[in-house]
Amino acid sequence: MSSLSRWFGRYALWIYSGLAFVFLLIPIAYTIIFSFNDSRRSNIVWRGFTLDNWTQVCQSQGVCEAFGNSLVVGVVATLLATTLGTMIAIALVRFRFPFRNSTTLLLFLPMATPEVVLGAGLAAEFLTAGVQKGIVTVILAHTMFCISFVVVTVRARVASLDPALEEAGRDLYASPTQVFMRITFPLLLPGIIAAALLSFALSFDDFIITNFNSGSFVTFPKYVYTAAARGIPAEANVIASAVFVIAIVFVVTSQLSAAAKRKRLAREG
Amino acid sequence: MAFGAFGATATAGGPQAEPAIRRRSKVALFLLLPGILYLALFFLAPLLSLVITSFQAPVEFGDIGQYQTAFKWENYTTVIGTYAPHIVRSFVFAATATVAALLFSFPLAYFIGVKLRRFPLLQALALTLVIAPFFISFLLRTLAWKQLLSDESWFVSALHGMQLLPPGEHVTGTAFSVIFGLTYNFIPFMTLPIYTSLEKLDLRYVEAGGDLYASPASTFFRVTVPLAAPGIISGALLTFIPAAGDYINASRDFLGSTDTQMIGNVIEANFLVLQNYPAAAALSLILMVAILIPVSVYVVRSGTDDLI
Repeated sequence: MSSLSRWFGRYALWIYSGLAFVFLLIPIAYTIIFSFNDSRRSNIVWRGFTLDNWTQVCQSQGVCEAFGNSLVVGVVATLLATTLGTMIAIALVRFRFPFRNSTTLLLFLPMATPEVVLGAGLAAEFLTAGVQKGIVTVILAHTMFCISFVVVTVRARVASLDPALEEAGRDLYASPTQVFMRITFPLLLPGIIAAALLSFALSFDDFIITNFNSGSFVTFPKYVYTAAARGIPAEANVIASAVFVIAIVFVVTSQLSAAAKRKRLAREG
Repeated sequence: MAFGAFGATATAGGPQAEPAIRRRSKVALFLLLPGILYLALFFLAPLLSLVITSFQAPVEFGDIGQYQTAFKWENYTTVIGTYAPHIVRSFVFAATATVAALLFSFPLAYFIGVKLRRFPLLQALALTLVIAPFFISFLLRTLAWKQLLSDESWFVSALHGMQLLPPGEHVTGTAFSVIFGLTYNFIPFMTLPIYTSLEKLDLRYVEAGGDLYASPASTFFRVTVPLAAPGIISGALLTFIPAAGDYINASRDFLGSTDTQMIGNVIEANFLVLQNYPAAAALSLILMVAILIPVSVYVVRSGTDDLI
């Protein structure tokens, strides 16, 4: 008995963590499994395995259109937010300027404000200004809440950049543009890519701010919200599962390649 | 054009120093201005619109949704009078979910940050599993819990079978299921910051506690927890803020019912359904101010440079 309790004490944290991971993955597994359900109208009861939902994903009214809209919004908002945020991140690390603390605070506040307040505020502004809600207002809103996250991500990369590398470029008579294009930008690129992926993920899954500012324009989360009242078609599970698998494969490959790189660097000393 | 000039640290001294500094401040302005203007236009101006809207009065003999600029203080007392239960519920639910997420996350973050230190690849895999819920649609993962906790699910049937849940009682549509959903959905926001502080934890401090005859419990509460405090504080804010404003989990079509509506639900209903914009704006500002109190304590303590 005492050896059993000692064994348990020793491995309790391992057992707990294993169960915690299972708990975190339960709704993901549920969503993926029910993407293969041979359901007719509402996807609640298991009716047998089928691949039809995957092969004819656009059969269900509006799913693919909503998905396409989310992709367009995500790409445009990501491009805008990544450009604006990267410029700010460079300025924050490399320059001393007046109102620096106010700037930092202005970048922090959107992350500390509940989404429902951001959404209602923008909607009130668009209402006062008489702007018609649609794809443009959704893109403007998504760009706004992505900028701060881009600044945080890219700033860390700029701060770790060795200025001596750019100095070496200048010593070798490179023009400022050449220094930026050939030295600074390539070195910042991993941070910029990480920031862009984060922005895209935030934009793609946003519902609350979108709901306040989209009018009749439908994104994928908004489609799911509207469909929730009458039953979600299995095709929505297909799209969510596909996005999940792509994201996971992407993260795992980048982690494995980073690990391989670390090992190689360690070997070369 | 002038991108290459940033980081022109080498040009200090000599006759070139003066123009170089002036040129660099122009570059800083060029880099900052577009983004700052964007945030002024789409973050600060909307907050101002909320303030103006929250004092508006209905147009006399006008249609529903027609308001004019006024200074109607009563909007605030009216919404507080009408929606006090929703406001209180939001903070109670969000605070409970934050504590639940902390209790769930701390051992897990300790496991990943300390126990898996010797296995970098396993550690990376564990972190991927923690953020995995973010890669599946927020709404679909919440709906998945709705099905898993519905009366037909084996879990709830088992509860009924074991008489742990009286007949006719449900799991979904209750305060429990809403808090459960809020906890699940924001767990990664709690686990990751705690992991970040525990990952740097120097185990020699913990050993020193044992060497000085402290019990494991007192070492834990007097050494490990204080060293993880920065992560716990940012995790608590990152969980509490979105949970207090959330209206998906508490929505009737998801894990809630009419008895579990939170402040987000009434803001949405007033703005998008009832077209009572002043009430929605007043409620939004009440939520914003209530959130800003703990946030400003955090800002003052951490200093503005460590904010982002």
